[in-house]
Amino acid sequence: MKIKSQRDFASGLMFVAVGVAFAVGATHYPFGVSAKPGPGYFPLMLGVLLALLGAIVLFKALTVESPGGDPIGAIAWKPLLLILAAVVMFGLLLPRLGLAITAPLLILVASLGGNEFHPKGVAIMALVLTVGSWAVFIKGLGLVLPMWPPFLAG
Amino acid sequence: MDLLQNLATGFGVALSFTNLLYAFFGALLGTLIGVLPGLGPVATMAMLLPSIYALDATPALIMLAGIYYGAQYGGSTTAILINVPGESSSVVTAIDGYQMARQGRAGAALSTAALGSFFAGSVGTLILAAFAPPLTELAFKFGPAEYFSLMVLGLIGAVVLASGSLAKAIAMIVLGLLLGQINTDVISGMPRYSFDIPELTDGIGFVAIAMGVFGFGEIIANLGKPAEHREVFTKAVSGLLPTKEDFKLAWPAVLRGTSLGSVLGILPGGGALLASFAAYTLEKKVAKDPSRFGKGDIRGVAGPESANNAGAQTSFIPMLTLGIPPNAVMALMVGAMTIKGIQPGPQVMTSNPDLFWGLIASMWVGNLMLVILNLPLIGIWIKLLTVPYRFLYPAILTFCCIGLYTLNNNNFDVFMAAGFGLVGYIFYKLHCEPAPLLLGFILGPMMEENLRRALLLSRGDWGTFVSRPLSAGLLLAAAALIVIVMMPAIKSKREEAFQEAD
Repeated sequence: MKIKSQRDFASGLMFVAVGVAFAVGATHYPFGVSAKPGPGYFPLMLGVLLALLGAIVLFKALTVESPGGDPIGAIAWKPLLLILAAVVMFGLLLPRLGLAITAPLLILVASLGGNEFHPKGVAIMALVLTVGSWAVFIKGLGLVLPMWPPFLAG
Repeated sequence: MDLLQNLATGFGVALSFTNLLYAFFGALLGTLIGVLPGLGPVATMAMLLPSIYALDATPALIMLAGIYYGAQYGGSTTAILINVPGESSSVVTAIDGYQMARQGRAGAALSTAALGSFFAGSVGTLILAAFAPPLTELAFKFGPAEYFSLMVLGLIGAVVLASGSLAKAIAMIVLGLLLGQINTDVISGMPRYSFDIPELTDGIGFVAIAMGVFGFGEIIANLGKPAEHREVFTKAVSGLLPTKEDFKLAWPAVLRGTSLGSVLGILPGGGALLASFAAYTLEKKVAKDPSRFGKGDIRGVAGPESANNAGAQTSFIPMLTLGIPPNAVMALMVGAMTIKGIQPGPQVMTSNPDLFWGLIASMWVGNLMLVILNLPLIGIWIKLLTVPYRFLYPAILTFCCIGLYTLNNNNFDVFMAAGFGLVGYIFYKLHCEPAPLLLGFILGPMMEENLRRALLLSRGDWGTFVSRPLSAGLLLAAAALIVIVMMPAIKSKREEAFQEAD
């Protein structure tokens, strides 16, 4: 058997896996009866439905011809990893180091994920965005955000 | 007359200084993100949700609404000038609008789009004001069974819009519904799928999903694409006014687009996107010389642009009267209402008349502001187009991260969104349209509650959904939609329409 659409094949697998996972998870909660449905009633139905839909997508991926095999194509690892890393780092560091240090770091790491990297441009952007965020979010909207590391703010 | 009185109330609210300011800010921001390709209204509105904690409900919703219809205007600017639709709803505008720009008639195309949109927006607002009260009346007759069936219809409607395979789109909805099941069961109080993580017992923040999938996921996808070459027609924009002949051709198209868009906006799953596609097809059908389309026909700009704006306005009807969002943007509006402690549904009109009528009136005011923003200031928007993406995405990222953190003042939502960024990129790679997922996620808990209440009331009899006439009618409509989309003739038309979009 040959895969006729890589994209649909992978999507189908994803839907089946997630559907089954949710359906199995739902069996841990009382199903109830139709007259008095429990917390497991709706998720079980949905999980089974998703798995079925996934199976249909899989079936079509194996039978219906698609142009060029509909390949998934290259994965953009560099932006994928660097952008996600930048976000996670922001979450970890903000409470510890404050916005004044975390925001420039976020912008630096995110810029590394782009196609071009100009140190001077990134530095200016980091400065402008950090000051701008402080003005808009902390000064303007009055949101509670640490600006400086707690050990400095005293 | 009630309508006039209601509108008077509305304008009283909308014309207050604060509300004018927020309407202006929303419209401005909407135009801005509409002009900037790669940042849509969904991500922007999600980005702003945390900041509305500091606002009153009315200005907050007025601002969010402004972003939505502002984006319709801004999106058409980029579609015409650089053939890159800033918004999905201006995809068809690019076909003829860009050709007009290449012929040196960018000014005429831009002003037709703006004036057509303004006319359509005004009509849409009036329809909204006229139809909201009777629909609200109807909504009070709805029991849980009817609500459940209505949501089924709404979700199916959303699928018809999604590009690509029908099975995949329905699967995305179900996936969204399932993600909505991660919460504490409202009836039994039992936490579900929380893996003992306390944050998950309140459910996944829908801002985290929206920002992850639509914000981060899209940034990664954009960076993964090779830098594209853009041809911007900056010098060509002179002589904003359309010629007499343009005017004669465009007016009927504006009228047709407005009526079609108003009707399609009300339908579940409808809204700006569907309206613009349908209007383009209609213009091609009624034209005596359809061969001119695709080569810079002004009707190809006037029709879809009016339709998408009319549709954007009337898609507020199901959201405001029934509390059921017909598309992802309205889902965000519902989310915003919930944040402000307003239970969306038919009671909003009576319990918060200022908010209800103020929001409607503000849309007309906002549309007027947009014409002013767009036509004389077109030069500024064109300048913005030359801002490289490498400056844009770190800014988007920074605002998203700050927004996520301040949502609950902890970093859990930031991590969640990073996870959904990965998921969003996977969806992008697999060609799974994410908008239906968000809609399913919002409707999931409502749907479950209504299903379970309906079954309780009927003592477990599933027949209740088909024996109650209103509910049966809604389900029938949903089934009819699926059948229509699967019909070979329609199927090829639909695929053709989405191909044009690519």
